[in-house]
Amino acid sequence: MKRYSAFAIAREALRYHTGWERAWGNPEPKKRYDVIVVGAGGHGLATAFYLGKNFGITNVAVIEKGWLGGGNTGRNTTIIRSNYLQDPSAAIYEKSRSLYETMSQDLNMNVMFSPRGVIMLAQTHHEVRGYQRTAHANALQGVETTFIGPEKVKELVPIINLDGPRYPVLGGLWQARAGTARHDAVAWGYARACTDMGMDIIQNCAVQGVETEAGQVKAVNTSKGRIECGKLALVVAGHSSDLAEMAGFRLPVESVALQALVSEPIKPCMDVVVMANTVHGYMSQSDKGEMVIGGGTDGFNNYTQRGSFHHIEETVRALVETFPMISRLKMLRQWGGIVDMTGDRSPLISKTPVGNIFVNCGWGTGGFKAIPGSGWAMAELVAKGEPGPLAADFGMERFREGRFIDESVAAGVAH
Amino acid sequence: MLILTCPYCGVEADETELAPGGEAHLKRETVGASDEAFEDYLFRRENPKGVHFERWRHAYGCGKWFLAARHTVTLEVYGTYPAQTPEPPKDIVAAIKKRLPEWEGRG
Repeated sequence: MKRYSAFAIAREALRYHTGWERAWGNPEPKKRYDVIVVGAGGHGLATAFYLGKNFGITNVAVIEKGWLGGGNTGRNTTIIRSNYLQDPSAAIYEKSRSLYETMSQDLNMNVMFSPRGVIMLAQTHHEVRGYQRTAHANALQGVETTFIGPEKVKELVPIINLDGPRYPVLGGLWQARAGTARHDAVAWGYARACTDMGMDIIQNCAVQGVETEAGQVKAVNTSKGRIECGKLALVVAGHSSDLAEMAGFRLPVESVALQALVSEPIKPCMDVVVMANTVHGYMSQSDKGEMVIGGGTDGFNNYTQRGSFHHIEETVRALVETFPMISRLKMLRQWGGIVDMTGDRSPLISKTPVGNIFVNCGWGTGGFKAIPGSGWAMAELVAKGEPGPLAADFGMERFREGRFIDESVAAGVAH
Repeated sequence: MLILTCPYCGVEADETELAPGGEAHLKRETVGASDEAFEDYLFRRENPKGVHFERWRHAYGCGKWFLAARHTVTLEVYGTYPAQTPEPPKDIVAAIKKRLPEWEGRG
Protein backbone atom coordinates (compact mmCIF):
# COMPACT_ATOMS: atom_id res chain seq x y z
CA MET A 1 0.00 0.00 0.00
CA LYS A 2 1.31 3.45 -0.88
CA ARG A 3 2.31 5.52 2.11
CA TYR A 4 0.49 8.72 3.03
CA SER A 5 2.86 11.68 3.17
CA ALA A 6 3.13 15.35 2.33
CA PHE A 7 4.78 14.29 -0.90
CA ALA A 8 1.81 12.03 -1.73
CA ILE A 9 -0.61 14.92 -1.24
CA ALA A 10 1.47 17.13 -3.50
CA ARG A 11 1.68 14.38 -6.14
CA GLU A 12 -2.05 13.76 -6.08
CA ALA A 13 -2.81 17.48 -6.17
CA LEU A 14 -1.05 17.59 -9.52
CA ARG A 15 -3.16 14.78 -10.98
CA TYR A 16 -6.63 15.63 -9.71
CA HIS A 17 -6.43 13.10 -6.88
CA THR A 18 -6.87 10.17 -9.23
CA GLY A 19 -4.10 8.08 -7.74
CA TRP A 20 -5.39 7.39 -4.24
CA GLU A 21 -5.90 3.71 -3.47
CA ARG A 22 -8.75 2.19 -1.48
CA ALA A 23 -7.69 2.44 2.13
CA TRP A 24 -9.03 -1.02 2.98
CA GLY A 25 -10.35 -3.94 0.99
CA ASN A 26 -13.89 -5.21 0.54
CA PRO A 27 -13.26 -8.95 0.11
CA GLU A 28 -15.60 -11.90 0.10
CA PRO A 29 -14.86 -14.22 3.02
CA LYS A 30 -12.44 -17.10 2.50
CA LYS A 31 -13.37 -20.62 3.61
CA ARG A 32 -11.09 -20.60 6.63
CA TYR A 33 -8.98 -18.21 8.71
CA ASP A 34 -6.53 -18.87 11.53
CA VAL A 35 -8.25 -16.18 13.58
CA ILE A 36 -11.62 -14.52 13.14
CA VAL A 37 -12.17 -11.33 15.07
CA VAL A 38 -15.85 -10.44 15.38
CA GLY A 39 -16.35 -6.70 15.51
CA ALA A 40 -14.59 -4.12 13.33
CA GLY A 41 -14.59 -1.40 15.92
CA GLY A 42 -11.42 0.01 17.41
CA HIS A 43 -10.81 -2.87 19.81
CA GLY A 44 -11.41 -5.59 17.20
CA LEU A 45 -9.26 -3.90 14.57
CA ALA A 46 -6.49 -3.20 17.10
CA THR A 47 -6.58 -6.88 18.11
CA ALA A 48 -6.12 -7.88 14.47
CA PHE A 49 -3.40 -5.28 13.96
CA TYR A 50 -1.31 -6.50 16.89
CA LEU A 51 -1.89 -10.15 15.97
CA GLY A 52 -0.10 -9.30 12.74
CA LYS A 53 2.43 -6.82 14.06
CA ASN A 54 3.48 -8.54 17.31
CA PHE A 55 2.85 -12.19 16.49
CA GLY A 56 3.03 -12.47 12.68
CA ILE A 57 -0.47 -13.95 12.45
CA THR A 58 -1.98 -12.49 9.30
CA ASN A 59 -4.49 -15.09 8.11
CA VAL A 60 -7.08 -13.08 9.96
CA ALA A 61 -10.58 -11.86 9.16
CA VAL A 62 -12.31 -9.05 11.00
CA ILE A 63 -16.05 -9.43 10.46
CA GLU A 64 -18.55 -6.70 11.20
CA LYS A 65 -22.33 -6.74 11.04
CA GLY A 66 -22.57 -3.03 10.24
CA TRP A 67 -19.89 -0.77 8.90
CA LEU A 68 -16.36 -0.21 10.02
CA GLY A 69 -16.17 1.82 13.22
CA GLY A 70 -19.94 2.39 13.15
CA GLY A 71 -20.56 1.25 16.70
CA ASN A 72 -19.13 2.81 19.82
CA THR A 73 -15.86 3.70 18.05
CA GLY A 74 -17.79 6.33 16.10
CA ARG A 75 -20.07 7.29 18.98
CA ASN A 76 -17.81 8.22 21.89
CA THR A 77 -16.47 11.54 23.13
CA THR A 78 -12.87 10.58 22.20
CA ILE A 79 -11.34 11.13 25.63
CA ILE A 80 -7.99 9.44 26.28
CA ARG A 81 -6.63 9.29 29.82
CA SER A 82 -5.00 6.78 32.15
CA ASN A 83 -5.49 8.23 35.64
CA TYR A 84 -7.11 5.12 37.12
CA LEU A 85 -6.75 3.99 40.70
CA GLN A 86 -6.14 0.25 40.53
CA ASP A 87 -2.78 -1.08 39.31
CA PRO A 88 -4.08 -3.39 36.54
CA SER A 89 -6.21 -0.56 35.12
CA ALA A 90 -3.42 2.00 35.26
CA ALA A 91 -1.09 -0.45 33.50
CA ILE A 92 -3.34 -1.17 30.53
CA TYR A 93 -4.74 2.35 30.15
CA GLU A 94 -1.25 3.88 30.39
CA LYS A 95 0.04 1.42 27.80
CA SER A 96 -2.86 2.48 25.65
CA ARG A 97 -2.26 6.19 26.13
CA SER A 98 1.41 5.78 25.26
CA LEU A 99 0.49 3.82 22.11
CA TYR A 100 -1.80 6.69 21.09
CA GLU A 101 1.22 9.01 21.17
CA THR A 102 2.86 7.15 18.30
CA MET A 103 -0.27 5.83 16.60
CA SER A 104 -0.17 8.24 13.67
CA GLN A 105 3.36 7.10 12.84
CA ASP A 106 2.65 3.41 13.53
CA LEU A 107 -0.40 3.37 11.28
CA ASN A 108 0.75 5.99 8.74
CA MET A 109 -2.61 7.68 9.29
CA ASN A 110 -3.14 10.98 11.06
CA VAL A 111 -5.35 10.10 14.03
CA MET A 112 -5.06 13.70 15.29
CA PHE A 113 -4.01 12.66 18.78
CA SER A 114 -4.16 15.84 20.79
CA PRO A 115 -2.54 15.54 24.24
CA ARG A 116 -4.37 18.62 25.46
CA GLY A 117 -4.78 17.43 29.03
CA VAL A 118 -7.77 16.23 31.05
CA ILE A 119 -9.05 17.69 34.32
CA MET A 120 -11.39 15.71 36.53
CA LEU A 121 -13.00 18.28 38.79
CA ALA A 122 -13.23 17.70 42.52
CA GLN A 123 -16.47 19.32 43.70
CA THR A 124 -16.93 17.70 47.10
CA HIS A 125 -14.46 17.15 49.92
CA HIS A 126 -14.91 13.45 49.39
CA GLU A 127 -13.84 13.84 45.79
CA VAL A 128 -10.83 15.95 46.81
CA ARG A 129 -9.61 13.10 49.03
CA GLY A 130 -10.44 10.55 46.34
CA TYR A 131 -8.45 12.32 43.65
CA GLN A 132 -5.52 13.04 45.96
CA ARG A 133 -5.44 9.32 46.61
CA THR A 134 -5.56 8.62 42.86
CA ALA A 135 -2.71 11.09 42.26
CA HIS A 136 -0.59 9.26 44.86
CA ALA A 137 -1.49 5.88 43.35
CA ASN A 138 -0.63 7.18 39.88
CA ALA A 139 2.76 8.41 41.15
CA LEU A 140 3.53 4.85 42.29
CA GLN A 141 2.25 3.41 39.00
CA GLY A 142 4.38 5.74 36.88
CA VAL A 143 1.38 7.63 35.50
CA GLU A 144 1.99 11.36 35.57
CA THR A 145 -0.92 13.15 37.25
CA THR A 146 -1.17 15.97 39.78
CA PHE A 147 -3.83 17.27 42.08
CA ILE A 148 -4.31 20.96 41.36
CA GLY A 149 -6.12 23.71 43.25
CA PRO A 150 -9.00 25.87 42.00
CA GLU A 151 -6.71 28.72 40.83
CA LYS A 152 -4.84 26.38 38.53
CA VAL A 153 -8.17 24.97 37.27
CA LYS A 154 -9.29 28.50 36.40
CA GLU A 155 -5.99 29.20 34.67
CA LEU A 156 -6.40 26.08 32.50
CA VAL A 157 -10.12 26.59 31.88
CA PRO A 158 -10.92 30.32 31.86
CA ILE A 159 -14.60 29.68 31.00
CA ILE A 160 -15.23 27.64 34.13
CA ASN A 161 -17.41 28.88 36.97
CA LEU A 162 -15.57 27.95 40.17
CA ASP A 163 -18.37 29.09 42.47
CA GLY A 164 -21.27 27.06 41.16
CA PRO A 165 -24.52 27.20 43.10
CA ARG A 166 -24.45 23.58 44.21
CA TYR A 167 -20.89 22.29 43.94
CA PRO A 168 -18.02 24.81 43.91
CA VAL A 169 -14.82 23.60 42.27
CA LEU A 170 -12.38 22.63 45.02
CA GLY A 171 -9.60 21.35 42.79
CA GLY A 172 -9.01 18.72 40.18
CA LEU A 173 -6.99 15.72 39.06
CA TRP A 174 -4.91 16.92 36.13
CA GLN A 175 -3.30 14.63 33.59
CA ALA A 176 -1.39 16.81 31.17
CA ARG A 177 -0.56 14.00 28.75
CA ALA A 178 -4.16 12.87 28.39
CA GLY A 179 -6.29 14.22 25.58
CA THR A 180 -8.41 13.33 22.57
CA ALA A 181 -8.03 11.80 19.11
CA ARG A 182 -10.07 11.55 15.95
CA HIS A 183 -12.14 8.43 16.60
CA ASP A 184 -12.99 7.51 13.00
CA ALA A 185 -9.37 7.87 11.95
CA VAL A 186 -8.37 5.33 14.59
CA ALA A 187 -10.69 2.73 13.04
CA TRP A 188 -9.70 3.70 9.50
CA GLY A 189 -5.99 3.65 10.33
CA TYR A 190 -6.13 0.19 11.84
CA ALA A 191 -8.31 -1.09 8.99
CA ARG A 192 -5.86 0.22 6.43
CA ALA A 193 -2.87 -1.25 8.28
CA CYS A 194 -4.64 -4.62 8.64
CA THR A 195 -5.51 -4.69 4.93
CA ASP A 196 -1.87 -3.89 4.20
CA MET A 197 -0.86 -7.00 6.18
CA GLY A 198 -3.19 -9.13 4.05
CA MET A 199 -6.07 -9.40 6.49
CA ASP A 200 -9.70 -9.39 5.33
CA ILE A 201 -12.11 -6.83 6.73
CA ILE A 202 -15.61 -8.03 5.93
CA GLN A 203 -18.37 -5.53 6.56
CA ASN A 204 -22.14 -6.14 6.49
CA CYS A 205 -21.50 -9.65 7.73
CA ALA A 206 -23.52 -10.51 10.82
CA VAL A 207 -22.63 -13.54 12.91
CA GLN A 208 -25.71 -15.74 13.28
CA GLY A 209 -24.25 -18.74 15.06
CA VAL A 210 -21.06 -20.17 16.51
CA GLU A 211 -20.21 -23.79 15.69
CA THR A 212 -18.30 -25.78 18.28
CA GLU A 213 -17.04 -29.36 18.35
CA ALA A 214 -15.86 -31.15 21.49
CA GLY A 215 -15.73 -27.88 23.38
CA GLN A 216 -13.62 -26.14 20.73
CA VAL A 217 -14.67 -23.49 18.26
CA LYS A 218 -14.95 -24.70 14.69
CA ALA A 219 -16.65 -22.05 12.60
CA VAL A 220 -19.00 -19.11 12.59
CA ASN A 221 -22.18 -18.97 10.55
CA THR A 222 -22.70 -15.52 9.12
CA SER A 223 -24.99 -13.69 6.77
CA LYS A 224 -22.24 -14.29 4.17
CA GLY A 225 -22.03 -18.01 4.83
CA ARG A 226 -20.07 -20.38 7.02
CA ILE A 227 -16.47 -19.43 7.81
CA GLU A 228 -14.14 -21.82 9.60
CA CYS A 229 -11.64 -20.55 12.11
CA GLY A 230 -8.85 -21.81 14.35
CA LYS A 231 -9.52 -19.18 16.98
CA LEU A 232 -12.36 -16.77 17.54
CA ALA A 233 -12.09 -13.39 19.23
CA LEU A 234 -15.37 -11.76 20.27
CA VAL A 235 -14.83 -8.02 20.47
CA VAL A 236 -18.34 -6.65 20.17
CA ALA A 237 -18.85 -4.39 23.21
CA GLY A 238 -22.55 -4.01 23.99
CA HIS A 239 -23.50 -7.06 21.93
CA SER A 240 -21.15 -9.45 23.76
CA SER A 241 -23.93 -11.24 25.66
CA ASP A 242 -25.69 -11.97 22.38
CA LEU A 243 -22.56 -13.53 20.83
CA ALA A 244 -21.74 -15.39 24.04
CA GLU A 245 -25.20 -16.92 23.99
CA MET A 246 -24.57 -18.19 20.45
CA ALA A 247 -21.38 -19.80 21.73
CA GLY A 248 -23.19 -21.26 24.72
CA PHE A 249 -21.97 -19.30 27.73
CA ARG A 250 -23.02 -16.30 29.77
CA LEU A 251 -21.00 -13.20 30.66
CA PRO A 252 -21.01 -10.99 33.76
CA VAL A 253 -22.09 -8.09 31.58
CA GLU A 254 -25.18 -5.96 31.09
CA SER A 255 -25.81 -3.62 28.16
CA VAL A 256 -27.10 -0.09 28.53
CA ALA A 257 -27.31 2.94 26.27
CA LEU A 258 -24.84 5.78 26.79
CA GLN A 259 -25.43 8.99 24.93
CA ALA A 260 -23.51 12.06 23.88
CA LEU A 261 -24.23 15.28 22.05
CA VAL A 262 -22.47 18.17 20.38
CA SER A 263 -23.33 21.84 20.26
CA GLU A 264 -23.21 24.07 17.25
CA PRO A 265 -19.60 25.01 16.44
CA ILE A 266 -18.17 28.08 18.15
CA LYS A 267 -14.78 29.77 18.25
CA PRO A 268 -12.07 28.10 20.35
CA CYS A 269 -12.87 28.59 24.03
CA MET A 270 -11.55 25.55 25.89
CA ASP A 271 -8.38 23.65 25.04
CA VAL A 272 -8.54 20.91 27.65
CA VAL A 273 -11.05 18.16 28.47
CA VAL A 274 -13.08 18.78 31.63
CA MET A 275 -14.91 16.01 33.46
CA ALA A 276 -17.26 16.89 36.30
CA ASN A 277 -18.25 13.61 37.88
CA THR A 278 -20.23 14.93 40.83
CA VAL A 279 -22.67 16.92 38.72
CA HIS A 280 -22.18 14.34 35.99
CA GLY A 281 -21.11 15.73 32.67
CA TYR A 282 -17.96 16.10 30.65
CA MET A 283 -17.03 18.41 27.85
CA SER A 284 -14.30 19.17 25.36
CA GLN A 285 -14.13 21.22 22.18
CA SER A 286 -13.59 19.47 18.88
CA ASP A 287 -11.34 20.83 16.17
CA LYS A 288 -14.49 21.86 14.31
CA GLY A 289 -15.49 24.00 17.29
CA GLU A 290 -18.38 21.90 18.55
CA MET A 291 -18.61 21.40 22.29
CA VAL A 292 -18.59 17.61 22.71
CA ILE A 293 -20.70 16.64 25.69
CA GLY A 294 -21.23 13.34 27.43
CA GLY A 295 -23.12 12.30 30.49
CA GLY A 296 -24.85 9.37 32.11
CA THR A 297 -26.11 6.01 30.94
CA ASP A 298 -29.67 4.78 30.96
CA GLY A 299 -30.25 2.81 34.13
CA PHE A 300 -31.95 -0.14 32.47
CA ASN A 301 -30.79 -2.81 30.01
CA ASN A 302 -31.33 -1.81 26.44
CA TYR A 303 -30.01 -2.08 22.91
CA THR A 304 -31.66 1.02 21.45
CA GLN A 305 -28.64 3.18 20.47
CA ARG A 306 -30.83 6.17 21.28
CA GLY A 307 -30.65 7.46 24.86
CA SER A 308 -33.25 9.37 26.87
CA PHE A 309 -34.25 13.01 26.90
CA HIS A 310 -34.04 13.41 30.64
CA HIS A 311 -30.38 12.34 30.65
CA ILE A 312 -29.58 15.09 28.15
CA GLU A 313 -31.36 17.53 30.40
CA GLU A 314 -29.42 16.39 33.48
CA THR A 315 -26.09 16.51 31.66
CA VAL A 316 -26.67 19.90 30.11
CA ARG A 317 -27.97 21.34 33.39
CA ALA A 318 -24.79 20.18 35.13
CA LEU A 319 -22.58 21.69 32.44
CA VAL A 320 -24.43 25.02 32.30
CA GLU A 321 -23.79 25.29 36.03
CA THR A 322 -20.11 24.59 35.44
CA PHE A 323 -19.74 26.65 32.23
CA PRO A 324 -22.42 29.40 32.24
CA MET A 325 -21.31 30.70 28.81
CA ILE A 326 -22.69 27.60 27.06
CA SER A 327 -26.25 28.28 28.24
CA ARG A 328 -27.39 29.73 24.90
CA LEU A 329 -25.69 27.21 22.62
CA LYS A 330 -27.91 25.09 20.41
CA MET A 331 -27.57 21.35 20.30
CA LEU A 332 -26.46 20.13 16.89
CA ARG A 333 -26.55 16.34 17.16
CA GLN A 334 -27.28 13.68 19.75
CA TRP A 335 -26.66 9.95 19.53
CA GLY A 336 -26.39 6.82 21.65
CA GLY A 337 -24.24 3.73 21.79
CA ILE A 338 -24.64 0.42 23.59
CA VAL A 339 -22.04 -0.09 26.29
CA ASP A 340 -21.32 -3.28 28.19
CA MET A 341 -21.04 -2.84 31.92
CA THR A 342 -19.38 -5.33 34.28
CA GLY A 343 -19.92 -5.46 38.01
CA ASP A 344 -16.61 -3.79 38.83
CA ARG A 345 -16.60 -1.44 35.80
CA SER A 346 -13.39 -3.05 34.56
CA PRO A 347 -13.12 -4.93 31.26
CA LEU A 348 -12.92 -8.61 30.44
CA ILE A 349 -9.95 -9.79 28.38
CA SER A 350 -10.50 -13.41 28.94
CA LYS A 351 -10.57 -17.03 27.94
CA THR A 352 -14.07 -18.48 27.84
CA PRO A 353 -15.64 -21.86 28.67
CA VAL A 354 -15.30 -22.76 24.96
CA GLY A 355 -11.81 -23.66 23.73
CA ASN A 356 -10.16 -21.08 21.47
CA ILE A 357 -12.89 -18.53 21.93
CA PHE A 358 -11.63 -15.38 23.59
CA VAL A 359 -13.61 -12.39 24.68
CA ASN A 360 -12.69 -8.73 24.99
CA CYS A 361 -15.55 -6.64 26.31
CA GLY A 362 -16.85 -4.83 29.36
CA TRP A 363 -15.07 -1.55 28.61
CA GLY A 364 -18.31 0.09 29.61
CA THR A 365 -18.46 3.82 29.14
CA GLY A 366 -14.73 4.33 28.55
CA GLY A 367 -13.52 2.04 25.79
CA PHE A 368 -12.10 4.51 23.27
CA LYS A 369 -9.10 5.44 25.38
CA ALA A 370 -8.22 1.76 25.72
CA ILE A 371 -8.26 0.76 22.06
CA PRO A 372 -4.53 0.23 21.37
CA GLY A 373 -3.72 -1.23 24.79
CA SER A 374 -6.73 -3.52 24.64
CA GLY A 375 -5.77 -4.72 21.16
CA TRP A 376 -2.19 -5.28 22.31
CA ALA A 377 -3.27 -7.38 25.31
CA MET A 378 -6.02 -9.23 23.44
CA ALA A 379 -3.67 -10.15 20.56
CA GLU A 380 -1.28 -11.72 23.08
CA LEU A 381 -4.13 -13.70 24.65
CA VAL A 382 -5.38 -14.92 21.27
CA ALA A 383 -1.91 -15.71 19.91
CA LYS A 384 -0.59 -17.57 22.96
CA GLY A 385 -3.87 -18.88 24.36
CA GLU A 386 -2.88 -17.46 27.75
CA PRO A 387 -3.05 -13.85 28.92
CA GLY A 388 0.11 -11.78 29.13
CA PRO A 389 0.90 -9.40 32.00
CA LEU A 390 -1.47 -6.66 30.81
CA ALA A 391 -4.50 -8.95 30.52
CA ALA A 392 -3.79 -11.37 33.36
CA ASP A 393 -5.99 -9.65 35.93
CA PHE A 394 -8.90 -9.07 33.54
CA GLY A 395 -10.07 -12.69 33.24
CA MET A 396 -13.74 -13.29 33.88
CA GLU A 397 -12.93 -15.78 36.67
CA ARG A 398 -12.25 -12.77 38.88
CA PHE A 399 -15.97 -12.53 39.59
CA ARG A 400 -16.07 -16.08 40.94
CA GLU A 401 -12.90 -15.51 42.95
CA GLY A 402 -14.02 -12.17 44.35
CA ARG A 403 -10.89 -10.52 42.93
CA PHE A 404 -12.46 -7.36 41.56
CA ILE A 405 -10.64 -4.51 39.89
CA ASP A 406 -13.00 -2.04 41.39
CA GLU A 407 -13.11 1.14 39.33
CA SER A 408 -16.81 1.76 39.83
CA VAL A 409 -16.13 3.48 43.10
CA ALA A 410 -12.60 4.59 42.31
CA ALA A 411 -13.23 6.30 38.99
CA GLY A 412 -16.40 8.10 39.95
CA VAL A 413 -19.31 7.72 37.59
CA ALA A 414 -17.95 9.06 34.33
CA HIS A 415 -15.43 6.71 32.83
CA MET B 1 -39.54 8.23 27.48
CA LEU B 2 -40.24 4.80 28.95
CA ILE B 3 -43.62 4.63 30.72
CA LEU B 4 -44.55 1.78 33.07
CA THR B 5 -47.81 1.27 34.96
CA CYS B 6 -47.26 0.59 38.63
CA PRO B 7 -49.26 -2.58 39.47
CA TYR B 8 -49.81 -1.35 43.02
CA CYS B 9 -51.02 2.23 42.73
CA GLY B 10 -52.03 2.07 39.05
CA VAL B 11 -50.11 5.24 38.17
CA GLU B 12 -48.61 5.45 34.68
CA ALA B 13 -45.10 6.46 35.67
CA ASP B 14 -42.37 8.00 33.49
CA GLU B 15 -38.91 6.51 33.86
CA THR B 16 -37.86 9.63 35.77
CA GLU B 17 -40.30 8.58 38.49
CA LEU B 18 -38.91 5.05 38.65
CA ALA B 19 -35.66 3.43 39.75
CA PRO B 20 -34.45 0.44 37.73
CA GLY B 21 -33.44 -2.64 39.70
CA GLY B 22 -31.97 -5.08 37.19
CA GLU B 23 -32.91 -8.59 36.12
CA ALA B 24 -35.91 -10.18 37.86
CA HIS B 25 -36.60 -13.75 38.95
CA LEU B 26 -33.00 -14.43 39.98
CA LYS B 27 -32.70 -17.47 42.20
CA ARG B 28 -31.12 -16.30 45.41
CA GLU B 29 -28.21 -18.48 46.58
CA THR B 30 -27.50 -19.08 50.22
CA VAL B 31 -25.07 -20.74 52.62
CA GLY B 32 -23.53 -23.88 51.16
CA ALA B 33 -23.92 -22.86 47.52
CA SER B 34 -20.90 -23.30 45.25
CA ASP B 35 -18.75 -20.35 44.19
CA GLU B 36 -20.08 -20.81 40.68
CA ALA B 37 -23.70 -20.61 41.81
CA PHE B 38 -22.90 -17.42 43.70
CA GLU B 39 -21.15 -15.99 40.65
CA ASP B 40 -24.24 -16.74 38.57
CA TYR B 41 -26.50 -15.15 41.11
CA LEU B 42 -24.40 -12.06 41.69
CA PHE B 43 -22.90 -11.31 38.28
CA ARG B 44 -23.92 -13.44 35.30
CA ARG B 45 -26.90 -11.93 33.57
CA GLU B 46 -29.08 -12.99 30.69
CA ASN B 47 -28.79 -9.50 29.17
CA PRO B 48 -31.03 -10.52 26.26
CA LYS B 49 -31.50 -8.68 23.00
CA GLY B 50 -35.24 -9.20 23.32
CA VAL B 51 -37.67 -9.80 26.18
CA HIS B 52 -36.25 -8.84 29.56
CA PHE B 53 -37.91 -9.44 32.93
CA GLU B 54 -36.76 -6.79 35.32
CA ARG B 55 -37.30 -5.14 38.67
CA TRP B 56 -38.39 -1.54 39.08
CA ARG B 57 -39.19 0.59 42.08
CA HIS B 58 -41.85 3.28 41.98
CA ALA B 59 -39.33 5.48 43.76
CA TYR B 60 -41.05 8.87 43.43
CA GLY B 61 -44.52 7.38 43.83
CA CYS B 62 -45.86 4.70 46.11
CA GLY B 63 -42.36 3.34 46.75
CA LYS B 64 -43.22 -0.27 45.92
CA TRP B 65 -41.01 -2.71 44.01
CA PHE B 66 -42.64 -4.32 40.99
CA LEU B 67 -41.63 -6.38 37.96
CA ALA B 68 -41.96 -5.64 34.26
CA ALA B 69 -41.54 -7.49 30.98
CA ARG B 70 -39.98 -5.25 28.37
CA HIS B 71 -38.26 -5.60 25.01
CA THR B 72 -34.70 -4.28 25.19
CA VAL B 73 -34.51 -3.27 21.52
CA THR B 74 -37.94 -1.74 20.91
CA LEU B 75 -38.63 -0.80 24.57
CA GLU B 76 -42.14 -2.27 24.12
CA VAL B 77 -43.64 -3.09 27.53
CA TYR B 78 -45.67 -6.31 27.76
CA GLY B 79 -46.96 -5.71 31.25
CA THR B 80 -46.08 -5.14 34.90
CA TYR B 81 -46.85 -7.30 37.93
CA PRO B 82 -46.18 -7.45 41.68
CA ALA B 83 -42.66 -8.15 42.89
CA GLN B 84 -43.72 -11.19 44.91
CA THR B 85 -44.38 -13.21 41.73
CA PRO B 86 -41.77 -16.00 41.47
CA GLU B 87 -42.27 -16.70 37.74
CA PRO B 88 -43.63 -14.56 34.88
CA PRO B 89 -47.45 -14.76 35.12
CA LYS B 90 -49.49 -16.43 32.38
CA ASP B 91 -51.14 -13.26 31.08
CA ILE B 92 -47.75 -11.58 30.64
CA VAL B 93 -46.36 -14.62 28.82
CA ALA B 94 -49.48 -14.64 26.61
CA ALA B 95 -49.03 -10.93 25.85
CA ILE B 96 -45.42 -11.57 24.83
CA LYS B 97 -46.32 -14.62 22.66
CA LYS B 98 -49.03 -12.62 20.94
CA ARG B 99 -46.45 -10.05 19.81
CA LEU B 100 -43.50 -12.47 19.41
CA PRO B 101 -44.74 -15.95 18.43
CA GLU B 102 -41.13 -17.15 18.10
CA TRP B 103 -40.23 -16.27 21.69
CA GLU B 104 -39.10 -19.31 23.66
CA GLY B 105 -39.26 -18.05 27.22
CA ARG B 106 -36.54 -16.92 29.60
CA GLY B 107 -32.99 -18.03 28.75
